[in-house]
Amino acid sequence: MSAIPSTAIEIAAAVRSGSLSAREVLDDHLARIDARDGEINAFNLVMVDEARAAAAAVDAQVAAGEDPGPLAGVPLALKDNLCTHGIPTTCSSRILEGWRPPYDATVVQRVNAAGAISIGKTNLDEFAMGSSTENSAFGPTRNPRDTSRVPGGSSGGSAAAVAAGFAPISLGSDTGGSIRQPAALCGVVGVKPTYGLVSRYGLIAFASSLDQIGPFSTTVADSALLLEAIAGYDGRDSTSINAPSPSLIESLGEGVDGLRIGFVTELMGEGIAPDVAARVRQAADALAAAGAQIGEVSVPAAAYGLSAYYLIAPAEASSNLARYDGVRYGMRVDAPTTAEMNAATRTAGFGDEVKRRIMLGTYALSAGYYDAYYGKALKVRTLIVRDFERAYADFDLLITPTSPTTAFKFGDKTADPLSMYLNDICTIPTNLAGHPAMSVPFGGGADGMPVGVQLLAPALGEATMFRAAAVLESAAPALDEVWS
Amino acid sequence: MSARLTRDNVAKVADLARLELTDADLDRYTEQLSAVLDHAEDVASLDLDGVPPTSHPLPLVNVLRADVVVEGVDREEVLSQAPSVEDRRFRVPAILGEEP
Repeated sequence: MSAIPSTAIEIAAAVRSGSLSAREVLDDHLARIDARDGEINAFNLVMVDEARAAAAAVDAQVAAGEDPGPLAGVPLALKDNLCTHGIPTTCSSRILEGWRPPYDATVVQRVNAAGAISIGKTNLDEFAMGSSTENSAFGPTRNPRDTSRVPGGSSGGSAAAVAAGFAPISLGSDTGGSIRQPAALCGVVGVKPTYGLVSRYGLIAFASSLDQIGPFSTTVADSALLLEAIAGYDGRDSTSINAPSPSLIESLGEGVDGLRIGFVTELMGEGIAPDVAARVRQAADALAAAGAQIGEVSVPAAAYGLSAYYLIAPAEASSNLARYDGVRYGMRVDAPTTAEMNAATRTAGFGDEVKRRIMLGTYALSAGYYDAYYGKALKVRTLIVRDFERAYADFDLLITPTSPTTAFKFGDKTADPLSMYLNDICTIPTNLAGHPAMSVPFGGGADGMPVGVQLLAPALGEATMFRAAAVLESAAPALDEVWS
Repeated sequence: MSARLTRDNVAKVADLARLELTDADLDRYTEQLSAVLDHAEDVASLDLDGVPPTSHPLPLVNVLRADVVVEGVDREEVLSQAPSVEDRRFRVPAILGEEP
């Protein structure tokens, strides 16, 4: 077998030029999945037949002298909360067992139209609620770098698929960190774009004012390539931004000379592991060496972000998940009346964490508690937006850890939901503000597991964010470099 | 400050959310949800008078489209995914106490 390049950009170039067939690329990746996904469990479903047909179509286009597009022949994994027409879509929940969506998500249409080969549906925490992928009805995904550890979550399957080499790129969704945190824990790049930049049509809703779809990849440039392919206005999503999409690839090499980058003091102290904080300082030094001006900045309301998020997101989820009632799709547990059928179905179909969040949200929205919880949380959200506005008056980008620790062991945090929620402390504020952020691998922690550095930008600031990410990528220490 | 979450609160919320809980579930969820709400007290106890709420990160406007018929999803395909169907409609058990 000829050598298959490891990045999407190289694969697409080779397939477009005819020097490599999409079929060869696919066979190579299917063999890797065969060899190791029994252990990793990144995929809920490997779409062997559909992927073979798509690869044959790409090869036929090349043979006919046509250009299949910027992702020609690139295997791509889809988080299993993205609707795929006629192909099971489960959200890793029993309640959607057997459901085959009657349409494709907009992002699925766009990657297919760009020539990508959708290779499978990846595991997640049920309905994207979790930070370890331990809440899946199909069993946990394992971290490819150490299978005794979690891959993070909720997009743990998409992160692990890229880290294990099952696909060079994948798509996930990020409501409070569900792309960035697993990217950090698995040692890959993960991006949460500006709210509204990528259409959510066909993304099964968790918390609609926060959810956003974004890419995973091994390189910064591959995430730029994939984000360019999926971004842009879509009339089928009423929150889609009707503006030109940022151009990312062309400015990727422009560096950070003269950029002002702020170190968020609130997210560098208590709760952040010393080895993770040390890598973030090292990353800031690398940006300074490349010409950026580094300064400290305060985002005081970020301290309240976690509490506000764990009222707002469950409140929205309790409303969004009301639709799983055993009537129109998925499983049904029969009972004499509709009300009893609804309850029996939801009780059998939802897992523990989903029930916890539905109840938390129902409580936060209920009469007598609304003002104290949900109402207050929305006001805190305003404070966070204002704090970021002040920070971005003085800085072009901000830098923080992505996750307070490196990947933890299975079962470490499952008994205490709050300890699991604290994983999201650095990632949540950007979701509340609707801004873009990304995680870039930057060496290892004291345990040799990957550390992710998070870059944050104001709304639609992706191009600048990617320039800094490219600098970090080229300056990143090797994973096994001794921690000091 | 808000009152501490009780077992009765959790039972009521579960009923509203159409979830059936065992006694053991009730004990466990009361403890776990209380821990989360205790953490949220830092927000609940803030003085935020005069701060407007933000429900959404974008300034949203209603999106309208031209009143033109466009193809929707296939009706038969949608119905084929439902647990029970009759006369091209979703079928459910009794709703208002009538005989099933």
